[in-house]
Amino acid sequence: MPDFQPKIVAFVCTWCTYAGADLAGTSRIKYEPNVKIIRFPCTGRIDFMFLLKSFAYGADGVIVSGCHPNDCHYTSGNFHARRRWIVFRELVDLLGMDINRLCFSWVSAAEGAQWAEIVNSFTEQVRTLGPYKEYRELAEKDKK
Amino acid sequence: MESIRKKAKELLEKNAVQVIIGYGEGLDKSVSAIFVRKPENAETLIFDDRCVHNLAVYLLKNEIKALGKPCIIAHLAALRTILQLASEHQITEDDVLVLGVTHKGELMEFAGFKDIEKYIASANIDISENEKEIINKLEAMTREERWQFWVEHLSLKCIKCYACRAACPLCYCSRCQVEYNQPQWITVEATPVGIIEWHITRAMHIAGRCVSCGECYRACPMNIPINLLNYLTVLTIKEKFNVSAGTSADLDSVMSSFKSDDKENFIKQS
Repeated sequence: MPDFQPKIVAFVCTWCTYAGADLAGTSRIKYEPNVKIIRFPCTGRIDFMFLLKSFAYGADGVIVSGCHPNDCHYTSGNFHARRRWIVFRELVDLLGMDINRLCFSWVSAAEGAQWAEIVNSFTEQVRTLGPYKEYRELAEKDKK
Repeated sequence: MESIRKKAKELLEKNAVQVIIGYGEGLDKSVSAIFVRKPENAETLIFDDRCVHNLAVYLLKNEIKALGKPCIIAHLAALRTILQLASEHQITEDDVLVLGVTHKGELMEFAGFKDIEKYIASANIDISENEKEIINKLEAMTREERWQFWVEHLSLKCIKCYACRAACPLCYCSRCQVEYNQPQWITVEATPVGIIEWHITRAMHIAGRCVSCGECYRACPMNIPINLLNYLTVLTIKEKFNVSAGTSADLDSVMSSFKSDDKENFIKQS
C-alpha cells in the first residue's frame, strides 16, 4: 500500500519529548506529517486506555515518549511508566493485538533530530503494516 | 473437617470472633460460602475437594464487616490474598482471625501474618502446569490466531456481568473505573471492543496483586478463561521484577514502585 498515509498518535511528556519535538521544528528538521502530538505533563500520566482508545478511534500506530531514565522532571514518572509498559505490552501481545504498532521511546529536549528519526522510521513501519483494520472494525460495532 | 468444626465452635463460644467464614453444603452438591454466627451451627461447616473458592473476598464486604470480627477458613490462595490485602493496608492482624487449611483439610493456626508468610514461603505458589501450558500454546500461535481466539472466546462471548470483578478478592474499589461516566472509559453495554478494554483494564489494575486463585474464571458464567490474562501478568512480573503477590504483608505495590534498573528491550533510545 504505497499511498497509505497512516494516522499516528504520539503521547509525549511536556518536559522532554515535547520540547524535543519543538526543537526539531525550530531547527527546521523535516519529518513525516502523519504524527499527531498530544502533550502530557509526564509519561507517568499516560494511561494505557489512551492507547486503546486511539486504536479504536482510528489510529494505526501509537508513539509514547518521555524523558530518559533519571531525567524525569518529577523524579520517577518515567520509571513507573516503564513498569506499566512492560506489563501492558506482554498483555496486549497475548490478546493478539499488534505490538508492532506501539512505539515506546525516550527522547530528551536536546534530541530534536532523534525525534524526527523515530517518527520517520515508525511511520515507515506502520505504513508497511497497513491500516489497523481488525481492531477498528471491531470498534465500529461498539458505536452502532 | 471435624477439627474445623470443633475449633469454630470453640471460637464462637468464647466469643473470640463473631462470625466464621467457611464452606458449607450448597444446593445440588455444590459448595457455597457460609457465615456461621452461632456455636450450634458450627456443624454445618465442611471441607473437602470441592472447597476451592477464595473466601477472602468476603473480608472487605460491608455486610460481613457489620457482623463483627470474622474468622476465615483460608486455603493457600486465600492466605496469599490476606497477606496481599494486608500489604495494601486493607486489613490488619487484629481485624481477622485466620485459620489455614491444607488441601487435605488439616487445620493450621497462625500466630500472626509473619507466621503465614513463613508457611507461604515453603508452599508451592506457582501457576498450575495446566494453565501455563495454555498460555504457552497461545504464545506459540501467530498473532492473528491469537486475536481470533480472543475475539471468539472473549469479545463475542462476555456479557459484562462483572462476576469476575465481584468474585475477585482484590477488586475492592468502592467505585470501579467502569462506573465512572465522565469520561466514560468503558462502554456500559457489552460491545466487542468495550469488552476487550474492560478485561485489559481489569488485568492491568490487578497486575502485581493477583494471587492467581482463579476465582474470576470460576465465577464466569460464560466460561471464558479470563484468568489467563491475569496469570500472564503474574508470570511477567515474576520474570521481570521478581515479585510474587501475596507473599508478604509488607510488600510494596509492584505497579506503583520501580527499580531504576528495570529491564526492557523495546524502548527506543538514541
